[in-house]
Amino acid sequence: MSFWLIEAAYFVASALFVLALHGMNDPKTARKGVLAGVVAMALAILGTFLNPGIVNWAWIAGATAVGFLIGVPLSWVPLTAVPQRTAVSHAFGGLAAGLVGTAKFYLWQDAPENLTAFRTFAIVAEVILGFLTFTGSLMAAGKLQELKWIPQRPVTYPLQNVSNIGLLGVAVACGIALVFQPVSLAYLFPAIVALALAFGVLLIIPIGGADMPTVISLLNSYAGLAAVAMGFVLDNKLLVIAGALDGSSGLILSIIMCRAMNRSFANVLFGAFGQVHKKAGIAETRTAKKETPEGAAQLLEMATQVVIVPGYGMAVAQAQQRVRELYDELTRRRIEVKFAIHPVAGRMPGHMNVLLAEADIPYDKLIEMDDINPELPQTDVVLVIGANDVVNPAARHDKASPIFGMPIIDADKARMCLAIKRSMNPGFAGIENELYFADRTYMLFGDAKTVVGDLVKQLQASPS
Amino acid sequence: MLAAASASEATTSHAGSPDAFTALLFVFLLATFIGLGVVTRVSRLLHTPLMSLTNAISAIAVIGSIVIAGQDHPPLITLLGAIALAASMTNIVSGFLITDRMLRMFKKPGETKRP
Repeated sequence: MSFWLIEAAYFVASALFVLALHGMNDPKTARKGVLAGVVAMALAILGTFLNPGIVNWAWIAGATAVGFLIGVPLSWVPLTAVPQRTAVSHAFGGLAAGLVGTAKFYLWQDAPENLTAFRTFAIVAEVILGFLTFTGSLMAAGKLQELKWIPQRPVTYPLQNVSNIGLLGVAVACGIALVFQPVSLAYLFPAIVALALAFGVLLIIPIGGADMPTVISLLNSYAGLAAVAMGFVLDNKLLVIAGALDGSSGLILSIIMCRAMNRSFANVLFGAFGQVHKKAGIAETRTAKKETPEGAAQLLEMATQVVIVPGYGMAVAQAQQRVRELYDELTRRRIEVKFAIHPVAGRMPGHMNVLLAEADIPYDKLIEMDDINPELPQTDVVLVIGANDVVNPAARHDKASPIFGMPIIDADKARMCLAIKRSMNPGFAGIENELYFADRTYMLFGDAKTVVGDLVKQLQASPS
Repeated sequence: MLAAASASEATTSHAGSPDAFTALLFVFLLATFIGLGVVTRVSRLLHTPLMSLTNAISAIAVIGSIVIAGQDHPPLITLLGAIALAASMTNIVSGFLITDRMLRMFKKPGETKRP
């Protein structure tokens, strides 16, 4: 009897998980999608409780309580810290998969008929994926949180890729040996775990901050694939389906991120992007033109359309509320204000949209790069706030630039460009930005929050 | 101890066999295609909530963790299961809560006033 109830619960849960993702098509239906996901998960858990073998209720209650104690505060993090939280979640997902795989492997040592070649293969895949996701995601979270003892700049050393792949190769070779001799070679299992843990760290060390959106998406995919492998180990369709949904979602996000940077997976993982590129050519002293908040406010007031290009610098300066006030002041003057969102702006896919939504900017004003670019030549003023590489025209023509070929927001094509920047230091990728030296660009130096605040004050002071 | 373990596995009689494995492979293939189809249609506005939602969904590993932690096994195995369960439960709770928190912030045009 319980078999059918469990299967029915899993069956409905599978459908609801697909519907949950389907809800995310549109902000209007997205919250219903979350509800579908919650119901699906509740059904899956309740169904599993019906399993006749389950007796350790105290352990289950205790672990669940711990999950709530960590999980609830983890959902309160500021939105600027969502990338780190997401990375930590990937780490937990990987850890859970790795531990379940490990437990099953040792349990079945006493009943080796269960360790068929297929199952052992699935266990090895689950454990390698799970544990490398665990340490890799922790490293990524540390880099995103800018922990002092984790180097922010990519760490590279000779033969890095060769030795990393060699390490993974050894783990896979041990795994293949286990598939044939799961009991007599069981001592190889801890080695596989250790190698996977080490590989996760080494995989992330050479990756720079600018590539974090891609890496987070990729780890998302790995966490899903680890769940799929667990499904193969436990012979459970629901695990395979939910894991596959997660895996494909991470894959699509990684592809979008890679395309937005005009780079390949291999290049992100093995290219050590974000090193300081020493470029000889810029010896000629070019000067950027400065503008005062008063002058900038007047320029904004005379515009009919203003496009704001936000970058992660806006979030670092916590300038979102000031940007909202600026939006209000300009909209009150019947000036059309739009936001141009580059796919890799921020530290994870879609990060900028969430940050602006938090500041109460209506989402129909958040325009994707491909849709806003044709409008920019007719735009009076583009205001760049804390964005850098995504508006660098060098990506279009300078073959020597590391970002050459990356699609950018055409801020330089607008009638005028105002760029807020703390100083003339190059951005995260360590590349000089040509936009700042263009004829129609004026710089506003200072902290984004202060500068936008000054602009708002100027606008409030002048009669509209 | 093993009796309990195999009792729950007896329900899926041919578990671990080649045809059970290929059946799951088909399920995996189709679910991946469905996932790719559904996720490409997700609004770009919502990619961050999408990732936290899939975080919560992939915490479906919870059902494997419950089975390991809940069945009568040696204490060390139970401990592994309990850690896995706590980790998955953390992802479920924080994943769904933060997704909903973010989605509530997306205001339709015209309802931008804070309550």
